[in-house]
Amino acid sequence: MFNRKYVPIFVTVGLFALMFAAGSFRYTGFFSLQVILNLLIDNAYLLIAAVGMTLVIVSGGIDLSVGSVIALTTMVSASLVQQHGWPPAVVIPLVLAMGAVFGSGMGAIIHYFKIQPFIVTLAGMFLARGLCYVIDINTITIDNAFYTKAAQTRIHLPGGNTVSVSVVIALIVVAIGIYIAHYTRFGRNAYALGGSEQSALLMGLPVGKTKISVYLLSGLCSSLAGVVFTFYMLSGYGMHAIGTELDTIAAVVIGGTLLTGGVGYVVGTFFGVMIQGVIQTIISFEGTLSSWWTKIAIGLLLFLFIVLQRLLSSGKAAWKG
Amino acid sequence: MNRILKHHLFWPIAVLAALLLFNFLYSSDFFRIGMRGGRLFGSLIDILNFGAPLILVAIGMTLVIAAKGIDLSVGSVVAISGAMACLTISKGTGGDSLALVLTAAGAALGLSLLLGLWNGFLVAGAGIQPIIATLILMVAGRGIAQLITDGQIITVNSPKYQYIGSGALAGLPFSIFIVLALFLLASLLTRKTALGLFIESVGVSPRASRLAGIRSGWVIAAVYVFCGFCAGIAGLILSSNVASADGNNAGQWYELDAILAVVIGGTSLNGGRFYLTGTVIGALIIQTLTTTIYMTGVPPTITLVVKAFVVLAVCLIQSETFRQALVQRWKTRRYPAEREVARHV
Repeated sequence: MFNRKYVPIFVTVGLFALMFAAGSFRYTGFFSLQVILNLLIDNAYLLIAAVGMTLVIVSGGIDLSVGSVIALTTMVSASLVQQHGWPPAVVIPLVLAMGAVFGSGMGAIIHYFKIQPFIVTLAGMFLARGLCYVIDINTITIDNAFYTKAAQTRIHLPGGNTVSVSVVIALIVVAIGIYIAHYTRFGRNAYALGGSEQSALLMGLPVGKTKISVYLLSGLCSSLAGVVFTFYMLSGYGMHAIGTELDTIAAVVIGGTLLTGGVGYVVGTFFGVMIQGVIQTIISFEGTLSSWWTKIAIGLLLFLFIVLQRLLSSGKAAWKG
Repeated sequence: MNRILKHHLFWPIAVLAALLLFNFLYSSDFFRIGMRGGRLFGSLIDILNFGAPLILVAIGMTLVIAAKGIDLSVGSVVAISGAMACLTISKGTGGDSLALVLTAAGAALGLSLLLGLWNGFLVAGAGIQPIIATLILMVAGRGIAQLITDGQIITVNSPKYQYIGSGALAGLPFSIFIVLALFLLASLLTRKTALGLFIESVGVSPRASRLAGIRSGWVIAAVYVFCGFCAGIAGLILSSNVASADGNNAGQWYELDAILAVVIGGTSLNGGRFYLTGTVIGALIIQTLTTTIYMTGVPPTITLVVKAFVVLAVCLIQSETFRQALVQRWKTRRYPAEREVARHV
């Protein structure tokens, strides 16, 4: 039962429980189901993007375009719905398809021309962010009935707690992510690819198809995150979600996924996002601490987890390069 | 002719020349350099002056990339260094004394060296992948910079400090001389001593270099310290140019611009070979591009789109597979081994 490979996940879950317990003892009103649900409500978009990122990182790549694709999605949705009067039923599938095409395009360049994912997705990040400004440099506020309804609808749970529609979407995405990663052939291929691309190729696995699909999924997740972010902000703006790619990478790493690829769990990512949320909540409850402590705390956690992984992954040889 | 085409600086210089030519055709004022108040001014001088921090960061980044690393934290270090210097000056007494400015610069550079050492320790000592190791400081560094400035924008009123970024020496911006000095230092150290060879060798294979008797760990740590130092100086120039420090926005996206400059300059991200002159030209290309976009009245927001295509084009040209696909179009026989030989002749 107690397998070495589960250690990072246990640490992540334990840390989340510890932080939540510490917050509950320190602040009144912290210990409630609604606080946890609020974590989900505020971080639904991050959770969706992080699921896609987990698959990319597991396959040994990285996707820096996440934040920009979210911004581009909000911008395109807002522009089409608000300025051109398109119905949301057309716009949402369209932006999702756009994200998928964008992601698979980057994946194809990475695979066929053998350029580092870091650089290709960096170009993708510039491109998507730039396209936002081409559409409009100002904020476009959305007052479409469907979007406001999606933003304000609260689903009531027993006990008087509520969640938003976005949370339901995010949880479904997490469930699908877990299914894809651990119960499908494609998921196993992605793990194999992350473990060693050469071995995967020699084993006859469809390396190219897997690689492109992984980036396609990440693009799709990012644009879905963008749709959810549009519900959350009710506007489109080129400066939305700046730095989200870092938050998602941090969540994935804190969740126990190895950045070298091949090892990781979608469940871990879920808790990685929740830990970031708890840090923000604690800092806002504390009141005297400023927002930049979030960044320092996340940096510190990143460091802890990377060192932990380093120690676990290569036992004795870890400290002598 | 063929040798000129094959030279590693050919494409960067050609791109820069094309950009300058475009500017010349667009507006003949572009090359005019005037004299006002004992200093030269003009678009070309502006490019050098505003490009100075980027060139510095890119020089540091070149050596890191040559050693098969990458440093994502430079933007944060730029912000931290500027914040530290401005804080020291605003807290210090004596207003505009030379001692205070030197203390401030010393404190900022000391801190940058320390941050570089931290990166170096993580990569060389703990053996963590460079992207991840420097990601830590990239995320936390912004927080640290804001911690130093207390979330405010610190403004300083110290002509001596402002001299670093906007002063003039012999008619030219002082920052150009700083860049020149550092570029010469880096070139001499890497091309006139064995250090450059060590870095390239470590970039190809750290393990083989160690077996050959090179202290790989120390070489790797040294390039990160140097990169931190360069970013620190860039932070000083940037903050002194605007006489203020902004923990949140100073040096934003510098890591990406610097990496781009290095790649445009012909240094491969795979490590093992580097061109400092190419990097400087790469940084100048980026700065000229930005200036051009501002000048031609294209909305500056499109800069990012243009940049995206430049990055992609440069990477495609560098990609072995892409070139092979192209070359096969017009030459049937062209084996990698032959090309490798041709490149070294």
